[in-house]
Amino acid sequence: MFDFLEGYDLLGSFWTTVQLTVFSGIGALVWGTVLAAMRVSPVPLMRGFGTLYVNVVRNIPLTVIIVFTSLGLADIFGMTMGAADDFQTQGFRLSVLGLAAYTAAFVCEAVRSGINTVPVGQAEAARAIGLNFTQVLTLVVLPQAFRSVVGPLTNVLIALTKNTTVAAAIGVAEAALLMKEIIETEAQLIVTVAIFALGFIILTLPTGIFLGWIGKRVAVKR
Amino acid sequence: MAEVSVTKDAAPAADELVVLKNVNKHFGALHVLQDIDLTIARGEVVVVIGPSGSGKSTLCRAINRLEGIDSGSITLDGKPLPAEGKELARLRADVGMVFQSFNLFAHKTVLENVTLGQIKVRKKSKAEAEERARALLDRVGVGTQADKYPAQLSGGQQQRVAIARALAMEPKVMLFDEPTSALDPEMINEVLEVMQQLARDGMTMVVVTHEMGFARSAANRVVFMADGQIVEQATPEKFFTAPRSDRAKDFLSKILHH
Repeated sequence: MFDFLEGYDLLGSFWTTVQLTVFSGIGALVWGTVLAAMRVSPVPLMRGFGTLYVNVVRNIPLTVIIVFTSLGLADIFGMTMGAADDFQTQGFRLSVLGLAAYTAAFVCEAVRSGINTVPVGQAEAARAIGLNFTQVLTLVVLPQAFRSVVGPLTNVLIALTKNTTVAAAIGVAEAALLMKEIIETEAQLIVTVAIFALGFIILTLPTGIFLGWIGKRVAVKR
Repeated sequence: MAEVSVTKDAAPAADELVVLKNVNKHFGALHVLQDIDLTIARGEVVVVIGPSGSGKSTLCRAINRLEGIDSGSITLDGKPLPAEGKELARLRADVGMVFQSFNLFAHKTVLENVTLGQIKVRKKSKAEAEERARALLDRVGVGTQADKYPAQLSGGQQQRVAIARALAMEPKVMLFDEPTSALDPEMINEVLEVMQQLARDGMTMVVVTHEMGFARSAANRVVFMADGQIVEQATPEKFFTAPRSDRAKDFLSKILHH
C-alpha cells in the first residue's frame, strides 16, 4: 500500500519542517518578547514602533511575506543570508527569517497579555527597591507573564508548525513541498494527504499536551 | 495653613533628610497635592493622616517618584530626585516602601524576595544577601517561612516580609502607604509591632495610616492632610487632644467617638 513512497525522503522533509519550526520559533520568541517590552516601555517612540510593527505584520498574509523574502530581500536587495549559491539553504534561512518576523507579532501580543496579568503593584515594588526598567521587566514581570501565557504561546507554536508549509512557496524542501510532488507524480491522493496530515498531528499533538502540562506546573499561585 | 510651625521634642532639628518644597500634582482636573511643604528630619517618625482622597498616599508615593510631580522639588539627603533614569533608580533604593497590598513578587520565595534587590541593586554576593535576608526575616518574625511562596503566607506575614524586603536595601527612610489597611483585624498588631520596633531603633519613617493608636504611640509628629493640603501638623499629644483646625476636629470627632 505504501510502496509508492519509495524513493521519496518523507522523514527528511518532516525533519526540515521541524528545523524550520524550531529556528523560527526561537527567533519569534526572542523578537516577540523584545517587541512586547517595547510596547510596555516608557519611551513613546518604542511603544509606537512596537504597535506599528504588530499591526502591519500580523495583517499581511504569510505567503506574501515569505515570497517577499525570496523575491524582494534576496533577489532585489541581495540579502542571500550567507548562502548565495545554495538555493536550498538560502530559501531555508529566508523562510526562517520571514516566519520569525511574522510569528513574533503574535508572540508579542500573547506576552503582552501575560504582562497585563502581573499586578501593577509588583512592578512598583520592584522599582521601589531600585531596579531599573529592564530589571523590573526581566526579573519580576516577564517571568510571571510567561508562566501565564504558556497556553496562548502553545497555540502560536502549533500555528507556526503548520505555517512552515508556506516555505514551499519559495522551494524549501519541507513536508508540504514533498506532498505536492507526490500528489502530482503518484495516483495516491487520499493516502498521501492522510500521511502528511498525520505527520503534522504527530508533531503538534504531543507538543500541545506537553506544553499544557508545563503550563499547569509553572502557573504562579496568587 | 500649611506654614504652621511645629515644636518637635524628640527629633534632631537641623538634620533634614527629606525635604518637599512647594510640591504640586494634578490628576486631570483634581489638584491632589497643593503647595506641599514638608521637612522630615533624620530619625523622625511622621504619621500622615486624613480622610480618603486627601492626597496622603500620593504624597507618600511622590517621595520616591512612583508618582511624578508637576512642580516643586523633593530632595533626599540633600540630593534632588531626578525625573527618570539610572540616578532615580539609585535614589529609590535608598527609600524603602511598604505598600497597602504587600506586592511581594509572587514567583519568588520569601527569601528570594528579600535578596533580589540586595543582589541586583546593591551587588552583594548571594551568600551575603541570604545571610542578611534571614536575619531580617527573623527580626520581623517570619524566619521560618523563608522558603515558602508569598501566596502560602497570611496577610500579616506577607506584610512583614515586605518590610524585610525594604529594610534589606538599608534605606535612609521608610515609607509606609497604609500598611495595615488590607489586613484582617487580628493581623494588624503583628505588623504595627514591627513598625514600632523600627521606630524605636531610630529609622526615619513616613507612615500613612488610619491606625490612630500607632500615631499616638510611635509618631514624633502627626501631619493632617485634607483636600490636597497639609492642614495641620503637631505632636500626636497636641494633635489628638487639642487640634486647632476645624477640619481636623471634624475628622477626629468622626473616627474617635465610637
